[in-house]
Amino acid sequence: MEVSRELNKQANEYISHYPNDQKRSASLPLLHLLQQEHGYINEESMNWVAEKLDIEPIHVLELGTFYPGFRQTAPGKYHIRVCRTLSCAMAGCYETMEKFCEVAGIDRSRVTHHNPIAVSEDGKFSIEFAECLASCGTGPVCLIGDEFYESVNAENVAELIEKYD
Amino acid sequence: MAVPKYIKGKEPHKSEYRMIFRNVDRRGWDASIKSYIADGGYKDLKKALKMKSQEVTDEVKTSGLRGRGGAGFPTGVKWGFIPPDNKKPVYLICNSDESEPGTFKDRYIVHQDPHQLIEGMLISCYAVGAKVAYIYIREEFSEGAKILENAIEEARKKNFLGKKILGGKFNCEIFIHRGAGAYICGEETGLIESLEGKRPYPRIKPPYFPAALGLYMCPTIVNNVESLCHVKHIIAMGGQKYAKIGTPRNTGTRILCVSGDVVRPGYFEVEVGKITMGELINDVCGGLRKGRKLKGVIPGGSSAKVLRAGEKYTIGTGESERTIGINDIPMDFDTLAACGSMAGSGGVIVMDDSRDMAWILNNINTFYAHESCGQCTPCREGSLWMKKITDRMVSGAGVPSDLKTLTSVGDNIAGRTICAFGEACAWPTQSFVAKFPEDFKKHTSRRNAGKELNPESKAAAAGLKR
Repeated sequence: MEVSRELNKQANEYISHYPNDQKRSASLPLLHLLQQEHGYINEESMNWVAEKLDIEPIHVLELGTFYPGFRQTAPGKYHIRVCRTLSCAMAGCYETMEKFCEVAGIDRSRVTHHNPIAVSEDGKFSIEFAECLASCGTGPVCLIGDEFYESVNAENVAELIEKYD
Repeated sequence: MAVPKYIKGKEPHKSEYRMIFRNVDRRGWDASIKSYIADGGYKDLKKALKMKSQEVTDEVKTSGLRGRGGAGFPTGVKWGFIPPDNKKPVYLICNSDESEPGTFKDRYIVHQDPHQLIEGMLISCYAVGAKVAYIYIREEFSEGAKILENAIEEARKKNFLGKKILGGKFNCEIFIHRGAGAYICGEETGLIESLEGKRPYPRIKPPYFPAALGLYMCPTIVNNVESLCHVKHIIAMGGQKYAKIGTPRNTGTRILCVSGDVVRPGYFEVEVGKITMGELINDVCGGLRKGRKLKGVIPGGSSAKVLRAGEKYTIGTGESERTIGINDIPMDFDTLAACGSMAGSGGVIVMDDSRDMAWILNNINTFYAHESCGQCTPCREGSLWMKKITDRMVSGAGVPSDLKTLTSVGDNIAGRTICAFGEACAWPTQSFVAKFPEDFKKHTSRRNAGKELNPESKAAAAGLKR
């Protein structure tokens, strides 16, 4: 896999944050870089990280499959994460999720633990539940890409979605 | 230092004592180093660097500061566990993986006052002899990570960070390390494994503290964001003066995060133990919604055992022994422990009588089943079974033996795992089933078979719109 010079430079910068004999520590930062670039982590990306850090590919695969923050399938252009945990649920996050799916045209019926992401037919939006986003006083909350939104309820979802095209 | 003025509508409550959150929601304030220095920032770092490192640790010990992440262990004592004859490098890690449901305090420190954290970390690094520190920040705080990176660059330019800090002999680097969405990384040895690039499986104890063997098998201090910020204030005022804030053995201030069924949820920095649960809910948070009655409170993050309204607790020993109700509990570490729960991370989740506790527990169980790392069998299997049982209860297919099964599964996890996640996932089930059996029985009676009983209706949520 080819990566851009910029990405390679950034990867080297991250590796320099750890002791010379502990390059493996840079696994997470490098996986983040590649996920930012491609939207998700595939086998090629994991092999690239393994080679870059002189570790066995299995040691990267075991991270890619463990952390919920790494997506194993391609998300839509805009990826939505709705907080599912208690305080947000008490404030109605399940309704928020339903409304997001309705407005963005997403079918979540095939979502499973191992396949948590559902993508709209046009590929514009994808959605998944996230566990506690640490803003329990302003729930329901969600992330769209890196943007954070508070008090997202069935009434204002449509307006929020409109911002993204 | 100027007396801060706050953004309209976000003024602190009159019973608050703003120290760590002094600059949160402050009018005219931003996260830049310019704001911070104009307000007297980094003076305490200068002061600390003039002291001997042992003196800094001693001040923290004198202050009585207890960790704000969840366990409430004395910070200065933790620092003291670094072997005195150590020749290896020492690391300091700031645990910014804030992910205990109900907790939302570190978010605001990171976003609005990153330099306070950096100053606290630099002072702590100096005290424990660390030349490299990492901030392990949860992946979902991507904006926070950028703010911190920017703040580190600003501090480096001013020589508060890097080589020969402020012209002295102290060198220190701080790096950001982003997590990837796993709750278990809040456990300090799991965090260390994650930082080493491995699956975050918590390490077998002993050693009980990574101060003996931590990152790369070197002495490592892991402290919560809020704890590290307190260090700065301890140096500013001295450990003895700090110890006068709060109550004996429960010193200083702490940030309580209130969510759930209250009129005004939010974050409130108060002197530890100077405010009761009743004052917090009814006075500071404006009470419950109209016509609603208190049903229960989770006082310290979702893993803390639930407290039921109307319960009585006996606290104190000998002559000071007394019986109190839920509203009289002072919000400190020791009393909440004496009441059979814990102060934990300061996340208070309030539930009124519109809530069905089986539904609430099902939500919590789903969280823990998702987040169990899978290393120990009782937790990996048990957390999932507890979820499956409550799943079936709330979907109308519960059977009468479910209550007993739930409790037995919980009892077989707690105390049988490598890390405290076992207790964290068992405590909600154990306490909810024991304290609200009627809510669970409702789901297992034949009369209700096939019915979805979920008063957690859209209407209840609609009442929370703010």
